[in-house]
Amino acid sequence: MANVQYQWPSASAAQLLGTRQRRLDGADKSTGAAKYTYDVNLPKQLIVKALDCPHAHCRIKSIDTSAARRVPGVVHVHVIKTPKKDADGNTVLPEVLFQGELLVAVAAETEGAAAEGVGKLKVEYEVLEPFVSEEELDAAVQAQRAKEGRPRVSIQAEPDDDVEDEEQFENDEIERLFREAKYVVEGYYGIDAITHCCLEPHGTTLHWQDGRLVAYLSTQNVSGCDDGFAAALDMTADDVDVHCEYIGGGFGSKFRPDYWGIAAAEISKKTGRPVKFMLERDQELMIAGNRPSGYLNVKLGADEKGVVQIWDSAQWGTSGVTGGGVADKWIPYVYEPPNYRRRSTFITTNTDQSRAWRAPNHPQACAMSQTAYDDLAAKMGANSYDIFERNLKHISSRQKAEVYAEEMKIGARLMDWQAKWHPHGKGPRRGSVVDGLGMAIHMWGGGANASTCQVKIHPDGGVESYCGTQDLGTGTRTICAMVLAETFGLPISAVNANIGTSKFPFSGASGGSTTVGAVAESHRRAGQDALAQLCEKVGEKLGVKPASLVAAAGRIHVAGKPDEGLSWREACSLLGMRPLEVTATFKRGQKTPLSDEGVGGVQMAHVEVDTATGQVRVKKIVAVQDMGLVLNPQTAESQIYGGVIMGIAYSLFEQRIMDPKTGAFLNSNLANYRLPRLGDVGEIVVEIYEPPDQRERGVIGLGEPPVISGGAAISNAVCNATGVRVPVLPMTPDRVLAAIKSQGRASS
Amino acid sequence: MKQSTSASPPASGFTRRKFLQGSGAAAAATVLATTGGEALADHHGDEVIAGETTITLHVNGQNRQAVVEPRTTLLEVLRYQFELTGAKPVSADGSSGASTVLIDGKPMMASTLLALSVRDKKIETVESVSQRNSGAVPAAFVEYDAQQCGFCTPGFVVAVRAFLDKNPNASEAEIRAGLNGNVCRCGTYANVLQAVIALVKGGPRG
Repeated sequence: MANVQYQWPSASAAQLLGTRQRRLDGADKSTGAAKYTYDVNLPKQLIVKALDCPHAHCRIKSIDTSAARRVPGVVHVHVIKTPKKDADGNTVLPEVLFQGELLVAVAAETEGAAAEGVGKLKVEYEVLEPFVSEEELDAAVQAQRAKEGRPRVSIQAEPDDDVEDEEQFENDEIERLFREAKYVVEGYYGIDAITHCCLEPHGTTLHWQDGRLVAYLSTQNVSGCDDGFAAALDMTADDVDVHCEYIGGGFGSKFRPDYWGIAAAEISKKTGRPVKFMLERDQELMIAGNRPSGYLNVKLGADEKGVVQIWDSAQWGTSGVTGGGVADKWIPYVYEPPNYRRRSTFITTNTDQSRAWRAPNHPQACAMSQTAYDDLAAKMGANSYDIFERNLKHISSRQKAEVYAEEMKIGARLMDWQAKWHPHGKGPRRGSVVDGLGMAIHMWGGGANASTCQVKIHPDGGVESYCGTQDLGTGTRTICAMVLAETFGLPISAVNANIGTSKFPFSGASGGSTTVGAVAESHRRAGQDALAQLCEKVGEKLGVKPASLVAAAGRIHVAGKPDEGLSWREACSLLGMRPLEVTATFKRGQKTPLSDEGVGGVQMAHVEVDTATGQVRVKKIVAVQDMGLVLNPQTAESQIYGGVIMGIAYSLFEQRIMDPKTGAFLNSNLANYRLPRLGDVGEIVVEIYEPPDQRERGVIGLGEPPVISGGAAISNAVCNATGVRVPVLPMTPDRVLAAIKSQGRASS
Repeated sequence: MKQSTSASPPASGFTRRKFLQGSGAAAAATVLATTGGEALADHHGDEVIAGETTITLHVNGQNRQAVVEPRTTLLEVLRYQFELTGAKPVSADGSSGASTVLIDGKPMMASTLLALSVRDKKIETVESVSQRNSGAVPAAFVEYDAQQCGFCTPGFVVAVRAFLDKNPNASEAEIRAGLNGNVCRCGTYANVLQAVIALVKGGPRG
C-alpha cells in the first residue's frame, strides 16, 4: 500500500469542510432527549447528598451520624472526612481549609430523605482563623499568607564586566528608562476570582456489574477518568467504563472523578445498589472550580509615539489553599516591551483550589495589563487604536503582528471605530449617560491533543467510527462525522460517529482548545488510511492506479472522470464478507500538515455608562478571530459568541464574594452569583479571519481564545466613556460609582 | 412510611420559605417531611398530608400516578418517576430557569413547585412543548445553533414557546426584555435571540 499523504482538500475542492453544518445533536438537546449524567436513572438507584463544611477553616472534632441513619429512607451514611492516627497512635483531627468541603455523604431512596439525613448529621467543629482577603496584600503579609515569587527582569542594556551588583544595575537602568520616557503611567488593575459554575453540577451516576465499575460521569476527560477511578479504588482501569454522551458544562473544571465520585463508587459497592451523587448548586460554586484572582500595580514608560519601552509591575492574587496565582509570564499580555521587571506574590487563602478556567491565566493577564496600555492612550490624549497598533512592534505571541494589524483593521471597520471614537472622558453626554470604545487583543496555542480513531467500513457501505473523546458543546461530535464524510465523499448523515466512552480508543482530555485538532487529526488519518485500502480494491477492479482515484459525491472514481468509477456502495461491496477496520493515532506534538497552533484575535467593545447609577450596558462587541482552517463556521461562530458573552459575564457581573470575617462564600447561588441574561449582551458581531495563508496552517483550537480579551476591552470602553478607570473587574455599579467619586475628589 | 389524611385545618400555613428550607440539601430542615405537623392547604380543601401518598398528575396529555411526600417537588417526580429528564435541576430556587415547565400554559419552575400543589393542573414539559407547532422552536434552535452544552436548552425552549404564545409578533427589543428568566453558562444568548427573531418572522409556524 502506498504511503498516505495526509492533507486537507483545498478550499475549492472541499465539499463539507468550511460549510455551515448544523450540530448533529442539536435536536436531542433542544427537545430534552439528550441524556446527561444527571439524567441517567439506574434501576433501584440511591440518591446521595452530602453535608458540606460551613466553616472556611476548622478542625472536625466529632461526627455523629446516628440520627441521620434513623431517618426513614436513609440507606447508608458514608463519612468522607475521617480522623487519622499519627505515628504515635494519637488521633489527628481532620482540618478543613475552605468552606464547602464535603464531610459526610448520605445515601437514601429519595432526594428528600437524603436531604433530611444530611440535616440530621451532628458535627462538632473547632473553628480556626480564616483568611480570604485576597485583594489586601498588606493584610496577607501580616497574616503570613503571602509568598514572593522570583522577580523576572529583562533589560536590553548589558552590564559591564565590572558591575558587581546586578540588581543595582537593573534598578539604575529601570530608573534611567523612566527618566527618558516621554510618558509615564502608573495604575492599579485587578480581576476577582470567579467560578466555573457549570449548569450541570459535578457528579456521577454509577453502578458495579460483576466487580466492574460502570460510571456515567460529567467529564471533559472520558478517556482519562477510568484511570482516575481505578487509581483511587485500587483496581485496574480495564475494570472501569466511563460514559459521557453529554456534559452540562465543564470549562476546565471536570477532568477527574473527584473525591465525591470516588465516594459514590464506594457507597455503591457497600450498598450493592446504583448511586447518583451530584453536587448541590452551592457546593458546585464553593468546591467544584474557580479561577484565580489577580491584582497588579504597574508603572510603565513609553516613547513619544506611545510605544512602551519599560514595564515595571508587582502583582498578587490567589489560587486558593495552594497559594498559587496568575502566572506573571503573560504580563503584559501579548505585548512584550523591550525592558520589563515583573514581581509577583502568591497568597494562600481559605478558598478551594482553583482549576483550569477557560484559557488559564490569559483573561486575567489581559485585564491587568492591556488596561494600562489604554491608560497610556488616555494620558497621551491619543486614539487607543493607534496605541494598540503601534505597540504591535513588541509582541510575544505565536501569531504574527501583521495578522493582529489586519484583524484590528477589520474590527475597526465592523465597529465603525474611527467615527465613534472620542478621547477618554470627552464624549457627548445624554443626561447622565456617556458612551465609549475599548479594545484588546489576545493569543492562544490550541495545538491538537493526542487522539485515536477507529473507522469501520461495512461491505454494505455503512460507515462508523469510534473515538474516546467528548463533546463539551463545542460541536466535536459533528466535526468527527464531517471529517470522515468529507474524506469519503459522503453526506454527513452516512457516517455514524461514536464518542463519549472510555471503551473507545483513547482521545485526550478536552482542555486548552486541543480537541478539534485532536479529532480532526485522528479521523482524517483513519479516513484517509481506510480510503487508500478501499481504493486498492477499486483500482484492481477498474484496472486503474489506486492513486488516481478520488472519493466524491458518493462515488470512488478516477480524478476528473466521475463516470470512471463505482458508487460508494459498489466499492464497499468489494470488501467481501468482513468490514474494513482501520485505526489511526495522532500523537501530541508530532509534526503534521493537518493542524497547527498559535492564534490571535481582537475584540472591541462599545458601552454606555450611566454615571448616576453606575450601570454599564454593552451596546456592541466585535470579535475578530483566526483559527487556521475553519472546519464548521456555524459551531465556530457559536464558540466565539459564547466566549464574548463569558467575557461580558466576568467584566460586569460575576464575582466570588467572600466574607472577610468568617471566610464564607456569600453568593454561592445563582440568584446572587450574577450571570448575564439574554437582555444583557447587546449586539455581538463575529468575524472569522481565514485568509489562504491562515487556512493553509490546518486546524487550530478555538475554545479558549474568544473568552480572553473581552475583560480588558470592556474595561477600556468604560474608561473611555467616563474618563475614569474602574480598576477591578467585575465593574459592578458600586465600583463604577466609587471610581467616578474618587476621580471627582482627586480633581477638585 | 405511613400515610395519613385528615380534614383538620392546618396549624400553620404552607409558605414558600419553608418549602425552600426543606428542599435545600445543606439546610435540609425538611420541616414538611414526615412529622404530620405541617400541612398543605389547596383547592382540594383543607387537608393534612404526611408521609407517602399516591397522586395523579396530568402530564403531557396523560394522567400519571406518582408516589409523593409533601416535600416532593414536581421536578423530582418528572425526573425520577416519569423519566422526563428534559427539565433540569440547576438551582433549587428556580433562579436559573432550567426546570421551566408549563403549568396551565404558564411558564413555571418545576424545582419550586411541590408535586401536591399541581394536582388537577395541566403540566407540560419540554418533551411535549417542543413538539408543538411542528417542532418549530427546537428546529429554530438547531438552525441557529442556540445550544452548546445544552443543559439550559430545554428550559429555554419551553420559555421561548410560552413567550411566543403570548407575544407572537414580538420585536427584537421585546425579545431581549422578555427572556431573562433563563441562565446559559456557555453563552448561547446571541444564537437564541436569532432563533426567536426567526420564529417571529416565520409567522404561524413560529
